[in-house]
Amino acid sequence: MPTRKKKPKLAVFKFASCDGCQLSLLDCEDELLVLADAVRIASFAEASSRVLRGPYDISLVEGSITTPHDAERIREVRAQSRVLVTIGACATAGGVQALRNFRDVKEFARIVYARPEYIDTLATSTPIANHVKVDYELRGCPIDKRQLLAVLSALLSDRKPSIASHSVCVQCKLRGNVCVMVAHGTPCLGPVTHAGCGALCPTYHRGCYGCFGPAETTNTGGLEWALVAAGASHEDIARTYATFNAAAPPFRRAQEEQLVQIRPKEGRRG
Amino acid sequence: MARTIKVNYLARVEGEGALTIRFKGDKPSAVELRIFEPPRFFEAFLRGRAYLEVPDIVARICGICPVAYQMSACHAIEDALGIRTDGTLRALRRLLYCGEWIESHGLHVFMLHAPDFLGYEDAIAMAKDHREWVTRGLGIKKAGNAIVAALGGREIHPINVKVGGFYRVPTRTELSVLLPALETALGDAEMCLDWAAQFEFPAFERDYEYVALRHADEYPFCEGRIVSNKGLDIDLHAYEEHFAELQVPHSTALHSVVRGRSDYQCGPLARFNLNFDRLGERARDAAERVEFVPPCRNVYKSLLARMVEIIQAFDEAIRIIHGYAPPDAPAIAVTPRMATGHGCTEAPRGMLWHKYTLDETGLVEDARIVPPTSQNQKCIEQDLWQLAPTLAAMPHAAATRRAEQAVRNFDPCISCSTHFLRLAIERED
Repeated sequence: MPTRKKKPKLAVFKFASCDGCQLSLLDCEDELLVLADAVRIASFAEASSRVLRGPYDISLVEGSITTPHDAERIREVRAQSRVLVTIGACATAGGVQALRNFRDVKEFARIVYARPEYIDTLATSTPIANHVKVDYELRGCPIDKRQLLAVLSALLSDRKPSIASHSVCVQCKLRGNVCVMVAHGTPCLGPVTHAGCGALCPTYHRGCYGCFGPAETTNTGGLEWALVAAGASHEDIARTYATFNAAAPPFRRAQEEQLVQIRPKEGRRG
Repeated sequence: MARTIKVNYLARVEGEGALTIRFKGDKPSAVELRIFEPPRFFEAFLRGRAYLEVPDIVARICGICPVAYQMSACHAIEDALGIRTDGTLRALRRLLYCGEWIESHGLHVFMLHAPDFLGYEDAIAMAKDHREWVTRGLGIKKAGNAIVAALGGREIHPINVKVGGFYRVPTRTELSVLLPALETALGDAEMCLDWAAQFEFPAFERDYEYVALRHADEYPFCEGRIVSNKGLDIDLHAYEEHFAELQVPHSTALHSVVRGRSDYQCGPLARFNLNFDRLGERARDAAERVEFVPPCRNVYKSLLARMVEIIQAFDEAIRIIHGYAPPDAPAIAVTPRMATGHGCTEAPRGMLWHKYTLDETGLVEDARIVPPTSQNQKCIEQDLWQLAPTLAAMPHAAATRRAEQAVRNFDPCISCSTHFLRLAIERED
């Protein structure tokens, strides 16, 4: 039935990122034209030259805040957005770029650039929620496009989106996978990682590496003995937590717990 | 009259860039492709990581071509560790790469570039008048993504690529179920090439140095010598002796040049021009049917080269799947050792060169990555210098659109290009 109500405006904004999460929207090949009929795509630079002025009904925000300019820009985006949804590990946890948070960024610039003085960057990569109010978060590096569609269709029909916050283990059971850690002794972060990928890595016979970030309640201390029993060293475990959600507090704490156990040994050696 | 063509935020490219062309009278006085995508320090993050983690980390450089990063990294690390993937594992890697070429080229041709030629601001507006072509394009892209998802686990940042092979190889059925969709999409791709060949291509030619891999008997994906139409023919280990990177103040990406010469072009048109004789019959016939044959010096026709490569990739993917029987092991066993290795593969946007130094336990001591968009950056600016007099004679809005279209010829992936390499400032003699 034709409706006279004005179609909602959808905008997509990018901060420091690989473009993968917004690409998930363009990867909805079967749904894209239908979605485009249901909304007005008001700003989506990766896909369109068209820019409509705000305010926007739904803004999808990809990427983390890594420059002084972006720290300003996200405030403008927030001011123009009725509902702001962050998409992906960069936007929700600082992403892989947050590895700089624990190191000397000036040293990084020297490693990469001959003229670091041309480079304007912050010492940290921080999630959007550290800067402005966020209404909903979609996890993952990258996000799962089915979850994106679920959130968009809920918002478009004025429903509250419902995203499961349990661990990858639950998805493994739903999928009927044999546990890679129990059956094959493969270290796996599934027990502490947020669901959403459909338990992909265990389905492909490898351990989960935590790209959806921490689940709602995690027991990383409890997982440690199982990882060690599976042959992982404290160094290995620390590195695994320090990837795509390194600055998410539960993963950051878990990494530090491992580093504490390594350092005394280093001290003895020195 | 002084005038400036300025695009503050380039649309329909991946990542954040801007464009400025300044004129004094009818002559251009400055051309800047400004890349302001925040710097992304990947080479620094890689230090101290285990070699098995590298394919997962470098994938995050680019959401559009993660497979390319995974392939170049695997080949470089395998080079360091002294192993070679062969036979079925090698064929599966080619298959995965076919999927990425299709989805990446499909995205660019139908959603980012075709709207320029037909006068739309995006594919969605284009679909109002050309729905059947946009639908075919989405179908092509979906078929490419289906390959990546089946073999890699998911379309973006696949999880199944491992140094030495894969974590799990697919069953015959997991691949053969893809065949009907691939056959349909191949037929569609041939139709789409005929359609695209009728676009109006601006008359613009330049005597480019085209650089691409060249393999003894295949269209290049993961292996080959680095060759050019200006006489370059080197092993990929000699890359650093022949190419240099320069940092410029207006960009967080580095400019590449051939030492002793200047800018060069890599990507689909370079591959097409240098490897036309390595195309399969189906792709070559399709190209000849629309009279698209080398040498082609019109960079706007890179769109046709992408379409030909889509056909090539479908044709090859179908052949690989028909001949597939699962190997005994999903990966070759690997033992870490202290060594340096190089890898170079053909990302959808062009040559992607990696170099890693590992310590005796397999931790990365040093990494260097040269992405295609930083290699093409200087070439894009040179195109704009040459295009500028034509732009000066055009109405402002049309000139701006034409300049943006010229940038899009390269399908620049700006996010990719901003994580560069360590470099020294080089003086060109």
